[in-house]
Amino acid sequence: MKFLCIECDRQMGFAERELPGDGTLAAVFTCPACSRSVAMLTNPMETQLVASLGVQIGGRTVPEQPFELTRSTVEGGRADAFADAPGQAGGRPVWDEAARERLSRVPSFVRGMVQRIYADYAAERKIAVITPEVMDTARRELGLEGM
Amino acid sequence: MRTYSEVNEGDRSNLLGQVTAQRERVTARLATVSHVVAVVSGKGGVGKSLVSAGLAAALARSGRQAGLLDADLHGPTAARMLGVRASGLAVRDSGVEPPLAACGVRVMSSDLLLEEAAPLAWREPGHERFVWRGALVAGMLREFLADVVWGTLDVLLVDMPPGSERLDTLAELVPRLAGVVVVTIPSDASYRAVRRGVEAARAGGISILGVIENMAGYRCGGCDTAGPLFEGDAGERLAREAGAPLLARLPFDPGLQSAVDRGEVGPAADALTAAAQALIAGLSRSDG
Repeated sequence: MKFLCIECDRQMGFAERELPGDGTLAAVFTCPACSRSVAMLTNPMETQLVASLGVQIGGRTVPEQPFELTRSTVEGGRADAFADAPGQAGGRPVWDEAARERLSRVPSFVRGMVQRIYADYAAERKIAVITPEVMDTARRELGLEGM
Repeated sequence: MRTYSEVNEGDRSNLLGQVTAQRERVTARLATVSHVVAVVSGKGGVGKSLVSAGLAAALARSGRQAGLLDADLHGPTAARMLGVRASGLAVRDSGVEPPLAACGVRVMSSDLLLEEAAPLAWREPGHERFVWRGALVAGMLREFLADVVWGTLDVLLVDMPPGSERLDTLAELVPRLAGVVVVTIPSDASYRAVRRGVEAARAGGISILGVIENMAGYRCGGCDTAGPLFEGDAGERLAREAGAPLLARLPFDPGLQSAVDRGEVGPAADALTAAAQALIAGLSRSDG
């Protein structure tokens, strides 16, 4: 799908994506000429339909992780199914206690993958300590859905 | 106002590009796999998974590099049959390392992801689920193909779920599907059901590499004599009509079944050694 600013006759560009947590999705598109924005709001069924294809509206912000679709969609997977090695980014950051506690609330089936993504995010930005604030920023910047 | 086709100033979402990238990952992963072979039947209960596991083990025993992908996502059995049900999956940047069974076969199965007896279920809104479930199953199969570090394989066997609809999905995902091995039991009912699967494969331009007739008689574990079990000659008929070899006729052997249930695939591999050799010979001919 594409969004056209009729007044400017310019294709609107993807600006940001929000997931309020109720299964719906909001994607904001902005006209590059007049800066007018529109929000595309999808209901849970439409949101799931797109997610089922393993694609992301607005494009991918982090490389596709191994078994990403499976791990993020299978309900009640085996707790010890995966042993995740650290990502490629060097300089492993430290997790503070609050961030560690928050991570512990992520279902174990997908936790290792989420941990890798946050750790890579921090390492690439030379962030030494991962805090809940860092997680919030990463989640917002990377558009991490359900993570 | 311009139409969709006329508006082409770049699309950051590029959903088509994302789907294309997924397909390219499958192609890249399977570049080191010489032959992808689907094991199919037109109906359930014919012993297809036992045949798949035994055939994979027989291939490995004959010195071939073999893998087994359990595409029966809702009824997985391969991990247990090959004795790797308890294995965890190591995730690295290169992908997911599959367990290596004692018989030398690399295995991937949804059984490795699920708790004991837990059904495959999805985190999803609770209505109109049928709309996207097919896409999720296809996506999971795609990840099993693309994200598992299969390495260099002579043969990757794909144990398909009963029926023929998923074969279309596999054939679209795999760049070069070598063909299918068809499993049946002798009965006329099986013949008619499996024939539909054969026709579906042929209609899709997929080669029939061979037919295996399972439960072709009953082998008594006590006195080691064989007797009839089902009437019919479905294996021979299907092979003749498909112009494919009858790779094996396996009698029902309670001992063999019990062994596989315990994760001991050796007896099944014994029974399918000749079939594995014939399959390799057929694949070599088609390569030539």
